[in-house]
Amino acid sequence: MTEPVLAVHDLWLNQGGRTIVNVDRVELYPGEVLALLGPNGAGKSTLVQLMALLVRPTEGRIVLQGNPVRDTLSCRRRMAVVLQEPLLLDTSVRSNVGAGLALRGVRREERVRRVDEWLERLGIPHLAGRSARTLSGGEAQRVSLARAFVVEPEVLFLDEPFSALDAPTRAGVMSDLQPLLKRNGMATMFVTHDRAEALLLGDRVAVMMDGRIRQIGRASDIFSAPADEEIAQFVGVETITLGRVQSVTDGVATVEVSDRIIEGGSGVNAGDEVLVCLRPEDVSISRAPDDGSPTSVRNHLPARVTRIVPWGSFRRLELDAGFPLVALVTQHAVDDLELGPGAEVLAGFKATAIHLIRKGSSTQSWNPD
Amino acid sequence: MDLIWDGVKEAVRLIFTGNGYVYEVLFTSLYVSGAATLIGLVSGFGIAAALAFRSPPGRVVVVGAFNAGMALPPVAVGLFVAVLLWRSGPLGQLHLLYTPGAIIVAQSVIATPVITALSVAALQSINPRLRLQITALGASRLQTAVLLFREARYSLLAAVMAGFGAAISEVGATIMVGGNIKGETRTLTSATVLEVQKGNFETGIAFSLILLLVIFAVVLGVTHVQQRRPLS
Repeated sequence: MTEPVLAVHDLWLNQGGRTIVNVDRVELYPGEVLALLGPNGAGKSTLVQLMALLVRPTEGRIVLQGNPVRDTLSCRRRMAVVLQEPLLLDTSVRSNVGAGLALRGVRREERVRRVDEWLERLGIPHLAGRSARTLSGGEAQRVSLARAFVVEPEVLFLDEPFSALDAPTRAGVMSDLQPLLKRNGMATMFVTHDRAEALLLGDRVAVMMDGRIRQIGRASDIFSAPADEEIAQFVGVETITLGRVQSVTDGVATVEVSDRIIEGGSGVNAGDEVLVCLRPEDVSISRAPDDGSPTSVRNHLPARVTRIVPWGSFRRLELDAGFPLVALVTQHAVDDLELGPGAEVLAGFKATAIHLIRKGSSTQSWNPD
Repeated sequence: MDLIWDGVKEAVRLIFTGNGYVYEVLFTSLYVSGAATLIGLVSGFGIAAALAFRSPPGRVVVVGAFNAGMALPPVAVGLFVAVLLWRSGPLGQLHLLYTPGAIIVAQSVIATPVITALSVAALQSINPRLRLQITALGASRLQTAVLLFREARYSLLAAVMAGFGAAISEVGATIMVGGNIKGETRTLTSATVLEVQKGNFETGIAFSLILLLVIFAVVLGVTHVQQRRPLS
């Protein structure tokens, strides 16, 4: 198995008698992007500061390329950090981008060559002579990214670098950033509270809550199979309802939920009390009666629309299917199906869309892959 | 008004006729106040860095003391420095009393709290996350401090400017520890006092105007550097 570029073990930070971060293990592998996802106040930025050797932990071990960190400064110089706020020095863009190199004692000619290269790669060569104080938010964040990449770090930390940018600027910077993260075996930790950003950039996702990593694994696994109810809610699972497993046949569970029977999910036993999780985008809505014709959708439940809420470019349908069920549909679908409060519909979802969480199961799930 | 106008004319005459006495007094003033400011700058920046970048015990009390020190009465400073420098005083063996060195010591005591207090405020006004970012860039402690001082350079310039202003415009301590000896310890301020006491009001006004001119020239130079920065 590939050696991690950076690994932390039993990392604990206590401040003023309060545990801020308590993480058993996090590993960053060469060439991968680990998205650290969690709500505000979860301790994500503090974990980054600990891993980037900016804050000394109360306890814990940090290993860089197989060697425990001893000389903090030299190890820190093998890393780069981009903070939420593009904090630039009060000098020119060129000096800002070259600052990390200058601090590492890189010769001037080499510095100029590398700064020019990264200004070009981030599409900002025209800003080289500008004062950093005169840049827009998007420009400043590009400078901040160039400043991090130019030192060719072994580990790159991106701490919510897009949160202060407007939507179009964010999209532009993100699309430019994506290919740059897959170079030279660099490992990246990308902190965000935005699920879409985590899915877009993260090869793996770690969910952090209350100072702990609660689940870590492939992005698709985290979003389709959250480890517990709290994580499920955070990653956008809208339907979370209690049920009881009646039977398990060929690895597929049959679950009774409020007198309704649904099929799907695995890893449980008959008689288990479970939380049935279903993402809203996995629920399809139709007005036609179920004619019994074959379909890949295993579950069809009659339901009544209770509320329709605008949800970005979608509409969020709240349904009563004997239990609360949420679906996301387009406005076009709402018009075509003449949906409104009280409308009777058929809600369908595949067995594979169902994720079951056994009640009282562990709240930590590790799938480091 | 005539008195002031005569004073202005006398000042112009003294400056442009190459009056050796005036240049001597001017040089002494610039020398002692420049040296005092330099001492205030070195010690003030050092103390400010320790207070702003670290959290030594009693920091609030120390910062408060330096803030209060900005209003130190020069006469009181002069008295204490004179007592220390008296032949029988603890620093008597230095034989500094009634020398430019004594004035430098007294003016340093006046300039240092001004420079320190304003420098602490300047360094503390830097976004604390910038320090984190500089550290994250791979800076050592010394490099971090240098970069942070560079970030606060315009406010620090103002601190130095204020320190120099306090030193060069001070008179009570200068006379007390310097003695206002012609050719030795006579500065623009002590010369002004002397001329007024002698009834030479025009000359007194002339020395005052030269003092104002010196302060204005120094402040203008520093302000020019300050205001060159682009607007954000």
